[in-house]
Amino acid sequence: MAKYKMHMLVCGGTGCHASEGQMLFENLKKEVQDNNLENDVQVIATGCFGFCEKGPIVKVIPDNTFYVSVEPKDAKEIVAEHALKGRAVKRLLYFDPVRKEQIPDSKHMGFYKKQLRIALRNCGMIDPENINEYLAADGYEAMGKVLLEMTPEEAIKEVMDSGLRGRGGGGFPTGLKWQIASKNHADQKYVVCNADEGDPGAFMDRSILEGDPHTVLEAMVINGYAIGATKGLIYIRAEYPLAIHRLKIAIDQAREYGLLGTDILGSGFDFDVEIRYGAGAFVCGEETALIHSMEGERGEPTFKPPFPAQSGYLGKPTNVNNVETYANIPVIITKGAKWFSSIGTEKSKGTKVFALAGKINNVGLIEVPMGITLREVIFEIGGGIQGGKKFKAVQTGGPSGGCLTEKHLDTPIDFDNLLSVGSMMGSGGMIVMDEDDCMVAVAKFYLEFTVEESCGKCSPCRIGNKRLHEQLDIISKGNATEKDLDNLRNLSNVIKDTSLCGLGQTSPNPVLSTMDNFWDEYLAHVNEKRCPSGVCKDLIRYEVIAENCVGCTACARNCPVNCISGERKQLHVIDQALCIKCNACLEKCKFNAIAVI
Amino acid sequence: MELIKLTIDNRTVEVEKGTTIFIAAKQLDITIPTLCYMNLKDLNIEHKPGGCRICVVEVEGRRNLAPACATECSEGMVVKTHSVRVLNARRTVLELIISDHPFDCLICAKSGNCDLQDMAVKLGVRDIPFKGEKSTYKPDFSPAIIRDMDKCIMCRRCETMCNDFQTVGVLSGIHRGFEAVVAPAFERDLDHSECTYCGQCVAVCPTAALTEIDHTNQLINDLSDSSKTVVVQTAPAVRAALGEEFGMEPGTLVTGKMVAALRQLGFNFVFDTDFAADLTIMEEGTELLDRLSRHLNGDKEVRLPILTSCCPGWVSFFEYHYPDLLDVPSTARSPQQMFGAIAKTYFAEKQKLNRKDMIVVSIMPCVAKKYECTREEFATDGNPDVDYSISTRELAKLIKSANIDFKALPDEDFDKPLGESTGAAVIFGTTGGVIEAATRTAYELHTGEELEKVDFEALRGFEGIRSATVNFKGLDVNIGIAHGLGNARKLLDDVRAGKSEYHAIEIMACPGGCIGGGGQPLHHGDTSILKARAKAIYAEDEGKTLRKSHLNPDIIKLYDEFLGKPGSELAHKLLHTHYFEKKIKHISMD
Repeated sequence: MAKYKMHMLVCGGTGCHASEGQMLFENLKKEVQDNNLENDVQVIATGCFGFCEKGPIVKVIPDNTFYVSVEPKDAKEIVAEHALKGRAVKRLLYFDPVRKEQIPDSKHMGFYKKQLRIALRNCGMIDPENINEYLAADGYEAMGKVLLEMTPEEAIKEVMDSGLRGRGGGGFPTGLKWQIASKNHADQKYVVCNADEGDPGAFMDRSILEGDPHTVLEAMVINGYAIGATKGLIYIRAEYPLAIHRLKIAIDQAREYGLLGTDILGSGFDFDVEIRYGAGAFVCGEETALIHSMEGERGEPTFKPPFPAQSGYLGKPTNVNNVETYANIPVIITKGAKWFSSIGTEKSKGTKVFALAGKINNVGLIEVPMGITLREVIFEIGGGIQGGKKFKAVQTGGPSGGCLTEKHLDTPIDFDNLLSVGSMMGSGGMIVMDEDDCMVAVAKFYLEFTVEESCGKCSPCRIGNKRLHEQLDIISKGNATEKDLDNLRNLSNVIKDTSLCGLGQTSPNPVLSTMDNFWDEYLAHVNEKRCPSGVCKDLIRYEVIAENCVGCTACARNCPVNCISGERKQLHVIDQALCIKCNACLEKCKFNAIAVI
Repeated sequence: MELIKLTIDNRTVEVEKGTTIFIAAKQLDITIPTLCYMNLKDLNIEHKPGGCRICVVEVEGRRNLAPACATECSEGMVVKTHSVRVLNARRTVLELIISDHPFDCLICAKSGNCDLQDMAVKLGVRDIPFKGEKSTYKPDFSPAIIRDMDKCIMCRRCETMCNDFQTVGVLSGIHRGFEAVVAPAFERDLDHSECTYCGQCVAVCPTAALTEIDHTNQLINDLSDSSKTVVVQTAPAVRAALGEEFGMEPGTLVTGKMVAALRQLGFNFVFDTDFAADLTIMEEGTELLDRLSRHLNGDKEVRLPILTSCCPGWVSFFEYHYPDLLDVPSTARSPQQMFGAIAKTYFAEKQKLNRKDMIVVSIMPCVAKKYECTREEFATDGNPDVDYSISTRELAKLIKSANIDFKALPDEDFDKPLGESTGAAVIFGTTGGVIEAATRTAYELHTGEELEKVDFEALRGFEGIRSATVNFKGLDVNIGIAHGLGNARKLLDDVRAGKSEYHAIEIMACPGGCIGGGGQPLHHGDTSILKARAKAIYAEDEGKTLRKSHLNPDIIKLYDEFLGKPGSELAHKLLHTHYFEKKIKHISMD
């Protein structure tokens, strides 16, 4: 086996894949070959690096050089310069907008400095399609330790002591969940990996499965051994083709190596894994709905109890854990509960992966220790707000989370803190908003999602969310009264209080949290018929500022409905009756002569 | 048995472990309102999807409100069923449900008999603060059932009846969120599904999302047409339930009042389906004995058991699901159809009437009978033997609309000759009745001896599947009985597998038989009503002088004057039928 002097890690996650990452990978390989460097330089397609804003990414080891926005044509230069001459290609290095300088290696990038990667430890480090790379990264060591040296009770105790809580959103103590399932006796039990990641913009589970599928398989075997289950099922949405592809390879390889199947490692323990596809319904992330979907039933939640641990898949005791939860398990076993529980806050141990999105400079996937503040995440890791605008709010917890503001920025992030300020951890979505965002419109946007994704089983969620959305629409059109706001709040509270599953119990959060934190904005919409951020179309109009207009006709020429009149070098006028508020005139005007009022 | 103590509305109650808050509250005479929960105790069906969220209660220490129907009691639990929080939530949820419901109570088929309407009254809803879009769907008019899903509140009771109880599997939830609705697969209409029209969905629907096709207007038109002779027949189960619609106790027999009311409504002849039930026994009993003796004599052509074929829901069910067993059911037509065939031939001849000038109407506890009237094989030159059927509920509405004081009516007798019947015919209305009636006649015909005891208690009861062996003087006849198509399926699967030990099986699609039919007064989940109706049926049987079909003098006369003997060629032409393999109809693309 060749001993390489250099490794070129090319991101093979879905994002970079979509930006010609595959061609870049192939070009790099070809260049290496053409230069006869096959024995010195290894080119590997890895999982996601997380820094999706600047993909495709190429990382060069051992010097940690971090190239961003690399195109396939850059392969030649990277090999010629970096591999042959040992000089980094400067123009491809990351430029830090805050420090205003190029950062030569990843360790010094603001994006990575405060991150602690446990669940994502192998993403961007190893070739996910090669089990040997996982084994080289201590893969399946935890499984070996559990199967050969530990009793099921000891394994459960380790997970319990680690303080790990479910990463899918609920935050239920994982060890306790395992213990309950282990105590329910049946001829067959099941272990289910919930890979039905449904929050819009969230892709932590997908990244783990794409970048490190074996860690999930390893954890499932450990889980199976701990609770006495010999069958594992991975419920994954069919719209994750790359993750499914890599999972299938991983399962085949693990079976080939005897790490799945009968008598694993001579322990006498049998365990195998099957993949089940979901059609992408958000509610199927709820464990009872997920189980019904796997059974071929309509994807609807049922009342708990019975919990899946009592009566789950096919009526048998079933333990359902999320992908990210599983990704923590092998590390907890190898490094110990004590080590894991030393990270994080009192009641939330370890790290959490977040998908950073919205009006933030560094969009991407990050993993941070629990207890880090929102400020650190947004302004240090995230690199602050795009275009130097003012931070307004951050929505955590996916579509059912709440919008937090300036005053919450120093709140240490953990399960309980987020709940206490009216939001939640959820599966780890984090969407940043700036001064241009209208909070009524934001609440409406999220409700649109929950209306679409409600299964329709219980009345408050089926009809209530629809009504919430309609009420928000009325507010955004300036047709609501303060009494309507009272009704809106009451309705939100009742939906939370009476809905059957987590979807409806949290779907009004965006409404309630924006009402709590941005009440003035609601009042402006209702009483003054004004949208302070200039977003709600029915409440704004575009006007020509007479003193700035030079009569260049740019606005009139670009207006799609021809509602702007005026001769050359004359003042232009917008016909309000015809204007569709498309913003084209404002974008085209070079003289700041169009204003939103 | 572990007991649990809890407090509900400051009162302590002790219940068995596993009891829900809803049931525990009942013990304290606290009825928690609900729109979706349904407990059909005698049928072992507890429907508790926890979907309507009307039954929410406050449980101390719990973050959100708990659905009383699905939440099990735990030791020391403190429950409040009417705290301000609960009342506000309950009313808000109801307002939401109503906000997605048509406001057409004035002209709604279920007005005055609607759970949603009652709940709005009970909770005092006076205003709907959330006006918005309503979900709308294409109405579905099948030969028997109307689906108006604009009125569906997603209680899903119909699904439980269709899937769990009947195992027909036509209805299920489709679409998501606000568009979610119960429908046949691919949102086809019932006519393009495997629906048997048993009507159990209609029987449990809390609103008018599922109702029977209304034939009352047509009936009024026909009654007012002096050129038409309108003949009515009434099924046995109707008389045991009709009184409920007029506030009478369940189980009150109203045979005489019903006859009087029908006469007042203007029917030219008021006859009894029971007459045809006696006729059915003659034909079916003869067929049973014939098949039995041929089978015992080693005739391999004859397949046993013989199955009853009175129930049109059941006939559709095996035509869809057991096309390989089409030779197993008796070829005897149902009493409704035998009546129609005789009325439009024998009786028409007697009255010198052209069948085209006759309207034969049936009053049935059933909605599938409406469909049965439309089956092509039950018509001559396009003229149906039975023109149409109206349900017990429709009859009650007609009587009310005619301003007839039903309770004050004197008892009157059926007209002759098609109004004469025996006790054996009356018990057709309840599960086990047909086979008991057949047994009474077959026993005497086979043995030539008179039965000492007419009541076969072993064949009676409410168990979903029952069996008994009746000794025909040295010949043990094994009899099976099932009510509910799910129970029927179990017996049928055994027949298909060649494992069935029975010689004869009676099957009725509805719980309790026809007394629990889809066209009966709504039981609102109280199955004790069905038992009371059954009791009334047996009482009517017991009160009859003649209790064996073959002793009905007008039946004897019918054979003498017209049919010859049971199983004769004419009898076969008029009183027997054959079955077809049914497949879901294709939707035409034009």
